[in-house]
Amino acid sequence: MKKLVILGAGTAGTMMLNKLYNALDKDEWQITIVDQHETHYYQPGFLFIPFGIYEKKDVIKPKSDFFPSGINAITAQIDKIEPDNNRVLLKNNQVVTYDYLIIATGARIAPAETEGLQDKLWHKNIFDFYTIEGATALANFFKYWKGGKLVLNITEMPIKCPVAPLEFVFLADSYFTKRGIRDKVDITFVTPLDGAFTKPRASAILGDFLDKKNIKLITDFDIARVDNDKKEIISWEEDEIPFDVLVTIPTNTGDPAIERSGMGNELNFIPTDKHTLRAEGYDNIFVIGDATDLPSSKAGSVAHFEADILYENFLSVIEGREPQAQFDGHANCFIESGFGNGILIDFNYDTEPLPGKFPLPGVGPFSLLEETKMNHYGKIMFRWMYWNFLVKGLELPIESNMSMAGKRM
Amino acid sequence: METIELIGREIELDEDGNLKNISDWNEEIAVELAKQEGIDELTDRHWAVINYMRKEYEEKGTAPSIRRLTKESGVPTKELYQLFPKGPAKKAARIAGLPKPKGCI
Repeated sequence: MKKLVILGAGTAGTMMLNKLYNALDKDEWQITIVDQHETHYYQPGFLFIPFGIYEKKDVIKPKSDFFPSGINAITAQIDKIEPDNNRVLLKNNQVVTYDYLIIATGARIAPAETEGLQDKLWHKNIFDFYTIEGATALANFFKYWKGGKLVLNITEMPIKCPVAPLEFVFLADSYFTKRGIRDKVDITFVTPLDGAFTKPRASAILGDFLDKKNIKLITDFDIARVDNDKKEIISWEEDEIPFDVLVTIPTNTGDPAIERSGMGNELNFIPTDKHTLRAEGYDNIFVIGDATDLPSSKAGSVAHFEADILYENFLSVIEGREPQAQFDGHANCFIESGFGNGILIDFNYDTEPLPGKFPLPGVGPFSLLEETKMNHYGKIMFRWMYWNFLVKGLELPIESNMSMAGKRM
Repeated sequence: METIELIGREIELDEDGNLKNISDWNEEIAVELAKQEGIDELTDRHWAVINYMRKEYEEKGTAPSIRRLTKESGVPTKELYQLFPKGPAKKAARIAGLPKPKGCI
């Protein structure tokens, strides 16, 4: 029996599990998936929790619901990968050997990287919304908040779902308007980037949305520490920004097991061939999703498009051929913009988000870089697609490589 | 194509205003680029960072992030911001004749 081991049963790992389970001969292959948690979180839903749109129950399902029968699922923490011995050591002392390894261990927030962030105000006046604990604590805080200075701060790039911080302030504007206290809430978006977003055209357009919604933008701010007594964030240049409530996107890093394995870069992301998705230096290891160091977004859509490429390349490699399929960095993100509207962006390594139309058979077209109701419905509908198609590894009517159709140069 | 005149030579720039050809770079040009960035004098500590960045770029093909700079150049973050105010990674890369570090998204 040949052994395939998948590390991580989040979006990317579960998708690969289902796709390959259907493709590989069950008499020849034993598939094992390892994850430390039993709950699958629909992470794009975390954004809606602080505003009471979703609750915890809306974003969780047991991981085992998505495991086909006949595979070997292990719930345990990974101690380390030994890529030169083709084996993985688990914290429960189990040793798992493999012929092929797919690493999908994701990214997580690391608030301890910033001085004073995870201190006495943590989850009292300082919240993250990238964990279920942070998102639900913030929902409770907002429910009774009377207003003041709301500061959102991105610590450093790269982060999971780089549009989520913008969506957060757009939704906050909408939420506090509906509560009738928008005039008492001062919203400021503080970023280390030189604009609202990384890519020039989207950055300019999204920056205008901030302006229109009366959200202040502070750029080029690199946070050094938080003063919990004065309730201020302070940059390396000693600029101070006071807050009543701080919504932080802490430093994102790869899994600690990657560091223990000596396989990560300075943020524990794994050096990966940006086209074939093979781990640099290892012919029998692939990496997918947030765990890679690719210069693409860390987002579910990216994991989805990567999964199609990785699937093809995996089947080539096990037959002794070179990986042929090339990932182009394609990302497709619905940006929730408040008041029942949404914005859509679609881009890849070489083409920045452009305005125009995004055709989608049977449903579309959606408008790119414009606020529409349709884009909002796209986002809301996506949760259903996620649970019922995406993580089950079923086909969606969207190409893995980006298309220029409908885009305006 | 945008060009500037530095030390009596026409030098091509890329879309970010960084040197288009890293082979155009030399230490005299670094001094001129530093002045444009508001740094009047390049000290040994500046050079430590610049040389580290060039070495990294040669080996890896990209300019290092601030985090990597701090971890591996031996210059603490606080000092990096004092040496190269307002965005040390971007500024030091420009002075070192390298393209702007990629802000991943």
